[in-house]
Amino acid sequence: MSDYIVLCCILFSLGAFGVLYRRNILVMFMSIELMLNAVNLLLVYFSVLHKDPSGQVFVFFIMAVAAAEITIGLAILVMIYRHLGSISIDNLKKLKW
Amino acid sequence: MMEFVWLIPALPLLGFLILSLFNKYIPKSTSGYIASGMILGSFLIVLSLLLKAINGNLEPTIVTLFDWITAGDLKLSLSFQLDNLSVWFMTIITGVGFLIHVYSISYMHDDEGVTRYFSYLNLFIFSMLLLVMGSNYVVMFAGWEGVGLCSYLLIGFWFKNQNYNDAAKKAFIMNRIGDLGFLLGMLLIYTQFKSFEYSTVFDQASQIINPNPHGDSGIMFAITILLFIGAMGKSAQIPLYTWLPDAMAGPTPVSALIHAATMVTAGIYMIARSNILYSMAPCTLDIIYTIGTATAILAALIGLTQTDIKKVLAYSTVSQLGFMFMAIGLGGYSAGVFHVTTHAFFKALLFLGAGSVIHAMGGEQDIRKMGGLMKKMPITFITFLIATLAIAGIPPLSGFFSKDAILALAFEASPIKWGLGVFAALLTTFYMFRMLYLTFFGEFRGTEHQKHHLHESPLLMTVPLLVLAFFTVVSGFIEVPHVFIHGGDWFSHYLAGAHIALPEASHLSESTELILMFTALALVVSVIIITYVIYVKNKVLPATNEADLSFLDKLSYNKFYVDEIYDAAIVKPIGVLSNFSSSFIEKQIIDRFVNLSGKAVQFSGKNIRFIQSGDVNTYAIFMVLGIVIILFINLVL
Repeated sequence: MSDYIVLCCILFSLGAFGVLYRRNILVMFMSIELMLNAVNLLLVYFSVLHKDPSGQVFVFFIMAVAAAEITIGLAILVMIYRHLGSISIDNLKKLKW
Repeated sequence: MMEFVWLIPALPLLGFLILSLFNKYIPKSTSGYIASGMILGSFLIVLSLLLKAINGNLEPTIVTLFDWITAGDLKLSLSFQLDNLSVWFMTIITGVGFLIHVYSISYMHDDEGVTRYFSYLNLFIFSMLLLVMGSNYVVMFAGWEGVGLCSYLLIGFWFKNQNYNDAAKKAFIMNRIGDLGFLLGMLLIYTQFKSFEYSTVFDQASQIINPNPHGDSGIMFAITILLFIGAMGKSAQIPLYTWLPDAMAGPTPVSALIHAATMVTAGIYMIARSNILYSMAPCTLDIIYTIGTATAILAALIGLTQTDIKKVLAYSTVSQLGFMFMAIGLGGYSAGVFHVTTHAFFKALLFLGAGSVIHAMGGEQDIRKMGGLMKKMPITFITFLIATLAIAGIPPLSGFFSKDAILALAFEASPIKWGLGVFAALLTTFYMFRMLYLTFFGEFRGTEHQKHHLHESPLLMTVPLLVLAFFTVVSGFIEVPHVFIHGGDWFSHYLAGAHIALPEASHLSESTELILMFTALALVVSVIIITYVIYVKNKVLPATNEADLSFLDKLSYNKFYVDEIYDAAIVKPIGVLSNFSSSFIEKQIIDRFVNLSGKAVQFSGKNIRFIQSGDVNTYAIFMVLGIVIILFINLVL
């Protein structure tokens, strides 16, 4: 039973570490998706566990919103690449003290 | 008739609004006529009320204009009390006020601020009317503060002179001390009677049965003494009198109107209005008598040696106000109001006469530099002489009757009180005739230029003098002692219609009363002769050099150093305390705290800002760390 929860935690942690350690913005995006979907999976699992379909309905909504959000993110990413010629996060440090 | 009552204060207010809002568009020559017209309008309405009151047709009425404050149990309306007392004061205020407005048109014609002057004057009449017309203590207080403000504005009318500004501030602050007493007294009345309305308060007060008929109930003593402190400030009694002589910095007609005829008598009005409360507090009455007598004598002693014509009159005013309080302290409310009436006429006349003299002398106020003005200014001289005889108490002028009424009351209380009253009256006679002789008799002592310039004042100034002189002569006949005419004492009976307590019937036999009257009169006449010998026959001039004065003269000339004592005892310590507060408490303690908090923010900002590195990964690590910590706290702890 708790296997699903453990799996989700592992997936989420992988995503979190990906965000923290990678410098490539594209990969960071993918890691964020991984975290998001780990949560989705957890929602689906709890939905089954409690025999309540609303959890799964939630997941559909989240996926739709995430798709829209990732589109905007990728568009921004393309603009960054056009301006800087790279997609490394290290080049985006201008907003500071 | 009653529906026009609101116009009485509204007209001066309208005048004030017009003159102050359209100050720039009104030609200087017309502003005086607008202001005078407004007062004349009020005066005519008041006159019709007065006729009704004299005929005995004026029932005490309350005219409510609108609800002013409604909060919880408190219901306060802007309403006017019309009865014999308030109508009497309204007549004095608008009547004397109108004459002084007319006089001012000529007196102030070449002043650049003449429109401002008349707007203040109208505002003053409005506030004063509010004070006497209000049917509750709050409306009276509003007027009370209003007249204080106008007094401040008019004393400091020539605001480019710093001394005048200081005098204005002194008057205002001294009045504030009194006002605090008034305010506290008023609030105490509310806690006691749950109302500010005169009718409710007096009805309830008269139902209280005093358990100790020869002493005071404590609460009544507190209320009356607090109200009296208010009167002390406004009516310039010891210890709050020193502002009035300094108030002479204002234009002379202002001194006549505000600082002699009307505003300073507000205290008398207030006590006469609350006489039911005062009758229940004999201790307060004793205090009032003592302070009144002390003021009358002290101010008269100071007046003996003053050399500024307006200062002499100012101290004379303080002294006469002392007389009024003496009367009230003896339970003679109507005698006090009677003296207010006659004093309003002769003191306004004296001030306006002095104004006429100052006008002719080109601004000179020192009586040592005058003299011999009799021939050059006959109308001023005659009217001034009438007023001087009146204030000295020569029959049949008004001052004789009002002063005699007070002295008779005093004798009934005790012969010593009579003696003190006569002493003050003799001092009054002395300094008034000293001033009269120095100003109008003998040789002219001013410069050649001034001598050439001397002239009688224009008609707009002399006509008010003549009108006031007429009333100075006749106004005494409203209360002829019953010794002379059976059924005299008209005025006390008139005031009784406004619930002013009559003094207890006189126990004095008619012969005693006549003997007292003639003793006083003989003393006054002999003082006049003595002054004549000193100042006209022997041509004694007050020394110009202070070092030549004898010790007593010096004491009196320097006003018994009261100003200096106040300065040393109150002003200086407060100054020291303020300096200490500003240099130590403010700069060393408060400022340090304020600066410290500022510096702390600056310091932390300078150091903490480096967290904002711009590095996304760092932010992410902080975020994750934060979440981990929160989870740790929530789950584990």
